Amino acid sequence: MNTELAGVIATFLLTVVLAIPLGKYIAKVFSGEKTLLDFLAPVERFIFRICGIDVNKQMTWKQHLLALLAINMLWFVYAFVMLLTQGSLFLNPDGNPSMSPDLSFNTAISFLVNCNLQHYSGETGLTYLTQLGVITFLQFVSAATGIAALVVVFNTMREQSKDGLGNFFDIFLKSLTRILIPISIVIATLLVISGTPSSFDGKDIVRTLEGETVQVSRGPAAGMIAIKHLGTNGGGWFGVNSAHPLENPNYFTNVVEMISQVLLPIALIFAMGYYIKRKKLAYVIFGVMTFGMLMFLIPTMIAETNGNPAIAKMGIDQSLGSMEGKEVRFGSQASAYWSIVTTVISTGSVNSMHDSSMPVSNTMQLLGMMTNAFYGGCGVGILNYYIFMIIAVFISGLMVGRTPEFLGRKIEAREMKIATIIALLHPFLILVGTAFSSYVFTKDTSVGWLNNPGYHGYSEMLYEYTSAAANNGSGMEGLGDNNWFWNISTGFVLILGRFLPIIGPVAIAGILANKKIIPESAGTLRTDTGIFGVMTYAVIMILAALAFFPALVLGPLSEYFTLYN
Amino acid sequence: MRTYILPSLKLTLVLIIVCSVLYPLLISAIGKFTHDDGAGVKAYEHGLVVGYENVGQKFIADTYFQGRPSAVDYNAAGSAGSNKGPSNPDYLKIVQERIDTFLIHNPGIKKSEIPSDLVTASGSGLDPHISIQAAKVQVPRIAKLRNRTEKEIYQLIDKVKEEPMLSVFGPERINVLKLNIALNTL
Repeated sequence: MNTELAGVIATFLLTVVLAIPLGKYIAKVFSGEKTLLDFLAPVERFIFRICGIDVNKQMTWKQHLLALLAINMLWFVYAFVMLLTQGSLFLNPDGNPSMSPDLSFNTAISFLVNCNLQHYSGETGLTYLTQLGVITFLQFVSAATGIAALVVVFNTMREQSKDGLGNFFDIFLKSLTRILIPISIVIATLLVISGTPSSFDGKDIVRTLEGETVQVSRGPAAGMIAIKHLGTNGGGWFGVNSAHPLENPNYFTNVVEMISQVLLPIALIFAMGYYIKRKKLAYVIFGVMTFGMLMFLIPTMIAETNGNPAIAKMGIDQSLGSMEGKEVRFGSQASAYWSIVTTVISTGSVNSMHDSSMPVSNTMQLLGMMTNAFYGGCGVGILNYYIFMIIAVFISGLMVGRTPEFLGRKIEAREMKIATIIALLHPFLILVGTAFSSYVFTKDTSVGWLNNPGYHGYSEMLYEYTSAAANNGSGMEGLGDNNWFWNISTGFVLILGRFLPIIGPVAIAGILANKKIIPESAGTLRTDTGIFGVMTYAVIMILAALAFFPALVLGPLSEYFTLYN
Repeated sequence: MRTYILPSLKLTLVLIIVCSVLYPLLISAIGKFTHDDGAGVKAYEHGLVVGYENVGQKFIADTYFQGRPSAVDYNAAGSAGSNKGPSNPDYLKIVQERIDTFLIHNPGIKKSEIPSDLVTASGSGLDPHISIQAAKVQVPRIAKLRNRTEKEIYQLIDKVKEEPMLSVFGPERINVLKLNIALNTL
C-alpha cells in the first residue's frame, strides 16, 4: 500500500475514533449531565442574565423556529452593513475596498446559511475586521444554529419528549461554549504551531532568492481556519482556501483540517444514539452514510490516481495522478478524499481546484451535494437524512402493507407532504437555476462567465447552483460569478436551501411529538435494522438519480466519454 | 417573533465579543510563542529574509531548480489555480508548450521522464513543493551549469527532501526554495 493511500485511510479511521467519545460528550452536554467543561456554567448564566433570557422557559417547536429566524435576521443585517462599509472601517491594513451591494448581499447570505460561495478572494475582497467580525462570527453562530435545530428534533425523538423541547437560546449557546469554541481553540493551536499565520500584520514585501520583489498576504487566519472546518462552513481566509500554503502548510495540517470538518457530522450521529437512547439506530445511520460516502469516494480516488488521459497521450508519466489544480504536499489521493468529504459534508472548503478535477470526480462531487445527506453539514446533515427516513418509512409501509410509523408515531399525510416538498425543493432549485443560467448564457455568450468550453463549462454552472442549494460553498471556480446575476440568483437559492430544510424537519418532528405513542409490536416496521438502512439508501439514491441524472449526463458524464474515447 | 428580537440583539453583541474579539486575540497570543511570532515562517539565506518557507516563489534562471507552473505567476498578494478542465483544448495546448519548453532547457531528457507536476499548474499558484522526480529530472541541467557532479546534486536532494509524515503517511516532496538555498551554499 502506498503512503498516500495509507494517509487517507488513517485520517478516516482517526476521525471515527475521535467522533465516538465526542458524540458521547455532546449527548451529555445536552442532557445536562456532568462534563469537564461545567466550570463554564457561571459564564453562561451571566451571559443569559445580561441578555435577559430565561433559559428555563421551554419552547414549542414553533417558538424554536421563530427564535432561530429572528436571530438569523439580525445577523444578516449586521453582516450586510459591515461588508458594504468595510473599506472605510478600521483593521484594514491592506487598504481593501468595500463590497458592492450585490456582492455584500451574496456574501452575507452565504455565511449566514453556513455556506461559503465566496464570489470574492479573501486577500483583496475582505478586511481583517470583516474576516473576523463577520465571517468568523457567522462561522461560529451558523454552525451553532444547525446544532440547535438538530437538538430540537432529537428532543422530539426521546421517549419522554413531553418534558418539553428545551430552550433555543440555551441549546444554541451551549453548542458554542461547550463544543465549537473549545474544540476550535485546540485545532487553531495545532495550526498555529504548524506555521499557519495568526498575527495581525498586513501584507509583507519580500525579496525572493532571485532578487524579485513580491508581496505576501497574511493575517490572523488560524482561528478562522479552525472554525471554518469544525463548523463545516468552509470559507477560507485566502482565495484558494485550504490549497493555500499558509492556510494549510503541510500534510499534518491537512490531516487536522480533514478530520475537523468530518468530526462533528459523525459525532452528532453518535450523539443522537446516546441522547435518545437508541444506539442501534445511530449505528445503522452511520453505516448507511459511510457506505454512501465510500460509493462516491472510491471512483474519485481511482480517477484522480490514474491521471489525465489527455496528458498521458502526450507521453507524460501520470504516476503522481492528476496534478492540475493540486498541491504536491497533499498529493492526488488526499486531494481526492478532501474533495469528496467537503462535498458530502457541505463544508465547501477545498485543497484542490474542483474545476480541474477529472469528470468522474466532478460527478461524484456533484452527487455528494445533490444527496447532501451522507454525514452532511453541522446539524443539518442529519436533518436532511431525517426527511429521507420519513419518506423511506412511508414507502416501506406501503410496500409491506403496514401503517407507516417512525419511532412509535404514525406518519400521516401532513408530515409526508412536508417531507416531499423538502425533498423536491433541492432538485427544483438546482435544475431551474442551471436551466435559467444556461438560457441566459446561450442567449448572449458575451457575458463571458465560463472558463472552459463545452460540457465542462456547463458543469461549472450546474456546480454553482448545486453548491448553493446544498449550502456547500465549493465551486468550479473558473466560473465568473462576481456579477449581479450570480450574486443575486445564488443568494436566493442559498436562503431557500437553508431555512426550508431546517423548518421542514423541525415541523415534522414537532407534529410527530404531539402524537400518541403506539407501543412497538411484532407488526412494527423497525427503523434500526440493516434492511431499513438499505431502504433509506435506496430512497436517497433513487431520488437523486431520477432528479439529477439528465443534468449529469449533459455535463461531467459527456466530458468523461469525450476524454476517454 | 418580536419577543425574541431584543434578547437576540444582546446575545449577538456578546457573541461578537467572544467569537470575533476574544477568540482571535487568544489564538494570536498563542501564535506569539511560535516561529516568527505567528506571522508566517520565513526563509533565510546568510541571515537575510528571502521569502516564506511555505510560499512558493518563481525561479527563472536555469541555474536554479524550477517549481511548478503557476496561474498567478507566484504573486502571493493573491492566489489561484488555473481552473482549467481536463479536456479543455486550449489548456492541453499550454501543457504541450510547457513540455516543449522543458525539453529545450533540459537537453538529453526524455519526455517520459517528466513528472506531471512539472507541467501542470498547482491549486494555489503558490505551491512551494515539487515531487522528488521533478527535482531529479532537473539535475543534469543544474550540474552542468553549476560545474558540479550529478552525484553531489542528487545527494543534496536526498538531504533536503521531506519524508512522508511519520514516514508512512502522504507523499514525499521537496521544497524548491529550501533546495535552491542549499544549492547556493554547496
